[in-house]
Amino acid sequence: MSFVQGLKCRECKREYPIAPLHVCEDCFGPLEVEYDYDGIRQSVSREKIASRAHNLWRYRELLPIEEEPRVGLYSGFTPLIRARRLGEALGVEEIYLKDDSVNHPTFSYKDRVVSVAISKAIEFGYETVSCASTGNLANSVSAHAASAGLNCYVFIPEGLEEGKIVGSAIYGPRTIAIKGTYDDVNRLCSEIGDKYQWAFVNVNLRPYYSEGAKTHAFEVAEQLGWKLPRHIVVGSAGGTILPKLAKGFKELREVGLVGRDEPCSIYSAQAAGCSPIIDALKKGTDVVDPVKPNTIATSIAIGNPADGYYVIQAVKESGGWGENVTDDEILDGIKLLASTEGIFTEPAGGTEIAVTRKLIEQGRIPRDESIVVSITGNGYKTIETVAHIIDRPYSIDAALGTFDALYDELSQGSSEKARAG
Amino acid sequence: MSVRVRVPTPLRKFTQGSDEVDANGATVSAMLDDLEQNHPGIKERIMDENGKVRRFVNVYVNGDDIRFLKNVDTALKDGDSISIVPAIAGGM
Repeated sequence: MSFVQGLKCRECKREYPIAPLHVCEDCFGPLEVEYDYDGIRQSVSREKIASRAHNLWRYRELLPIEEEPRVGLYSGFTPLIRARRLGEALGVEEIYLKDDSVNHPTFSYKDRVVSVAISKAIEFGYETVSCASTGNLANSVSAHAASAGLNCYVFIPEGLEEGKIVGSAIYGPRTIAIKGTYDDVNRLCSEIGDKYQWAFVNVNLRPYYSEGAKTHAFEVAEQLGWKLPRHIVVGSAGGTILPKLAKGFKELREVGLVGRDEPCSIYSAQAAGCSPIIDALKKGTDVVDPVKPNTIATSIAIGNPADGYYVIQAVKESGGWGENVTDDEILDGIKLLASTEGIFTEPAGGTEIAVTRKLIEQGRIPRDESIVVSITGNGYKTIETVAHIIDRPYSIDAALGTFDALYDELSQGSSEKARAG
Repeated sequence: MSVRVRVPTPLRKFTQGSDEVDANGATVSAMLDDLEQNHPGIKERIMDENGKVRRFVNVYVNGDDIRFLKNVDTALKDGDSISIVPAIAGGM
């Protein structure tokens, strides 16, 4: 059974029935799913959750679907990794990685929100699904649409990495590349969504879609033995995930799955080339002025974040903070994660690592308290971004003597001569 | 200045269901006043009581966010195309 009560405007509190609506007619505020938390508290338990399959639907009492889930049966429940070597490098005692770079099926946190949105789209009877995307979302919508047999249109900005383009196209959607930035894609999709009767997962299905992001928080808590980390760092693009982590933690306290007073400070990570939220945070305002993005971190290059205001609210309420890092620091973050933990993340993940390092060095995050870093995307989709910072293969003839000579050179550290390309 | 305004679904009850209407005004601000004359009630949905565009509304002139221009003082010329768009989630 479902515990969903309806939709409610976050700003003016006007209530709406469950429908493909995302904006309050009165004040344009975003609509939010409301639940019967008393009912959930009586129905849910740690044991009940533990008995269910390892996917994001194990928290279904706190997700906005009425029928059985239709997609995402292998999505979520990504590893939470105790990162000892990264911890040593950063000089902290207890750090974990919530690794959504291996989320099923398209290797980013987006498989969470899309699982919920597409299940909801099927409940509403849509035959065509769509999205405005910086890449990962388009990948996930395309894959889930294929598995559900739905028509699919995805809209992306021109100039995305090849891995992100192919990573949608292979599933057979119509991919439309817009000449402009993500913010241009967004504006167009809002107008297309008004005209065409499609399920736009991050437009008219946004209230349902964004609820899927809470499962990232639920899993972190469950994997820590139903405890909250003292600190969690996550990237901010449009600003969906961070406020939803806050909501997820709050719900866990509310329904008694974690202790009522467990604190968790939340930190926002952005690229210096696109950090409207961090700029506002540092200025001490909650008015997020849009910027023109210029960063290698394409998946978080959103200059006009819809939920930026709520990111700032959630950061402040939780006692957290935020930082931005340069493209060079992002590349260092990618390399650091790869070389210490064997995890290859995209620039958004490099941003999350680099910002964590910066906040630790600033003393914002204490070295002796538990930290989770959310790794939201996979580096195999953005290989061109790091192509210039890796060691190219040594190209040699298939002769033992040649290798012996190379090995001698490598052992002595003078390796440049034999290197190819 | 006569401009074309695209009206999002939540505001169409003020425009008898039209998704596009004409309006006049030398600036965005004047255009919104004119819009209000012909479609009473629409302006307060777009602007707050201090005359600022509401937090969750974006206004575009020929595809450019007015916050990159001169906000509500942005000058308009004949034939400009105005979009009023609710904020949208996405990214990452």
